Amino acid sequence: MSTRLLSRAPQDTPGTWKSYLGLTAILLVSAFPVYWMFVIATSSDEAVMKSPPSVVPGDQFLANLREVFGMQDVYFTASLINSLIVALAVTASTLFFCSLAGFAFAKLRFKGNNILMFVVILTLTVPNQLGVVALYILMGKLGWNGTLLAVIAPGLVSAFGVFYMRQFIGHAIPDELVEAARIDGALTLRIYWTVVVPAIRPALAVLGLLTFVATWNDFQWPLITLNGTDFPTSMVALSDLASGNYVIYRRVLAGAFVATVPLVILLLVGGRQLVRGIMEGALK
Amino acid sequence: MSLTDVRAVRTEEPKPAPPNGAKFWLYRFDTKTVPYLLIAPFFILFAIFGLFPLIFNAVVSLRHWRLDDPTLTGWAGMENFTKLVDDSDFWDSLLNTFGIFILSTVPQLLIALMLANLLNRKLRGATFWRIGVLLPYVTPVAASTLVFAVFFSRDYGLANWFLSLVGFGEEQPLDWRASTWSSWMAIAVMVNWKWIGYNALLYLSAMQAIPKDVYEAAAVDGAGPWRQLWKITVPMIQPVVLFTVILSTIGGLQLFNEPMLFDENPALANGGYDHQWRTIAQLIYKVGWRDLDLGYAAAMSWALFLIILVVAAVNAIATRRLGGGK
Repeated sequence: MSTRLLSRAPQDTPGTWKSYLGLTAILLVSAFPVYWMFVIATSSDEAVMKSPPSVVPGDQFLANLREVFGMQDVYFTASLINSLIVALAVTASTLFFCSLAGFAFAKLRFKGNNILMFVVILTLTVPNQLGVVALYILMGKLGWNGTLLAVIAPGLVSAFGVFYMRQFIGHAIPDELVEAARIDGALTLRIYWTVVVPAIRPALAVLGLLTFVATWNDFQWPLITLNGTDFPTSMVALSDLASGNYVIYRRVLAGAFVATVPLVILLLVGGRQLVRGIMEGALK
Repeated sequence: MSLTDVRAVRTEEPKPAPPNGAKFWLYRFDTKTVPYLLIAPFFILFAIFGLFPLIFNAVVSLRHWRLDDPTLTGWAGMENFTKLVDDSDFWDSLLNTFGIFILSTVPQLLIALMLANLLNRKLRGATFWRIGVLLPYVTPVAASTLVFAVFFSRDYGLANWFLSLVGFGEEQPLDWRASTWSSWMAIAVMVNWKWIGYNALLYLSAMQAIPKDVYEAAAVDGAGPWRQLWKITVPMIQPVVLFTVILSTIGGLQLFNEPMLFDENPALANGGYDHQWRTIAQLIYKVGWRDLDLGYAAAMSWALFLIILVVAAVNAIATRRLGGGK
């Protein structure tokens, strides 16, 4: 190896065949469980229970789907709609409230701005999951347990969202633009709507995708508050499908596959934004 | 952009022509009050659904609070906590949680580092590879865990079939769920699979921020790619490594989804017939919503909270020591 080659920073060094081999291997491992989900979702019981297992999809996908959607106390169709409602409500609310607060923190002058922003960052470190017992009691007092409200309410805002929006707006919008609008007589909300929102569309896309994915996939809290009701989210419905004394895997995984497809589509459409969001420090 | 990059906001105020009357009042309202109205929704909603449950959790943990018998209330003092000290279920679950945590975090971060190192090259289709490694991150953990549950099944599971290819367990297939170690390994595989790509992108982002002349200086000393990675890249991205260690600690010690759905009958929240892979988060769920003893579940939540604080601090210090040495 020559010194010429070594003096390059890694990001300027072209990938060798070994790099591509390694990446291909990791990509195959990443994709395999999703592929395997599809294989079992399309198989008959006999195909699932043989050795060696069959590695190509079967022709039973529609039959298995009909079974999943037809199951009595799983409410699978409703669960997909519920998940969509919850994820859309949480995403819309997070985008709205976080961009409002991010705008205020980045561009408006008010007493306590920096201290309050510091408080927002502190709240990032609070592990919300540990308050589930008290959250359940609170939702009980509100009469919301077992309804979608119980799942939507805790997700309406996110500290990371406020932080992310503040950073983006701080960099993306020059102070002069806000001042000029103010001198023209525009009120704060008008500036938000006509100056800020059009300029932060990329950030809204990133935060929106991250929020949607996290909300759709949330399992623990929905399980606690929605389990046993007629309004499960799709993750709770999957756990119902997999519970009981006699579990039929081709049916379970047909359901799992259906609940995964929307996210794979999101990854194909918004993969760039997701990569960008995570590289900018998004929290799981 | 980083979590510590919080710059002070400019202090001078633009001065439009002073209006009068109602207009003046509106202007004052718009500049003095509206900013607080914009940030209020965040603080109000966070206070109700984020902060209050955490504080109220402390109250619940000091009380009798049963879902099946609402008449049995009142202060319990430290009763829930003294019960916890003698509860072998709690200590067993703690051991399981730590075992799975170590098996899933150490390989996760090391492989993520290798993957980031692969991605940190001039690649054809760079975006394609980056998006590809995020597939596990977007796949619902409930769905992927159910696939792995089949993958690790004793009789027709692919994992055993692969093992049989290398001549292992042909007469007696491995029952992954039966023993402590194999069940921990299976769950660790699921956690590793899910988070390697995510962590790799965090590392990649930090790697690309390293100034290039650092590498040129090192090349004079004749550092090869491997030395380059361990002597330059890793120390330079140490803050992000610390960040991922803390994130993995917080997430790993609260592990719930994978152990829950690995069970052959998840509704029971058993974590194996002998609870050999039941984690603390799973035990909290079982005590709270199967045994219906919310007071005790709240006490366990507090104990877990303290454990997370201590372990996160220890890990942070250890990472600093290891990375900052030499």
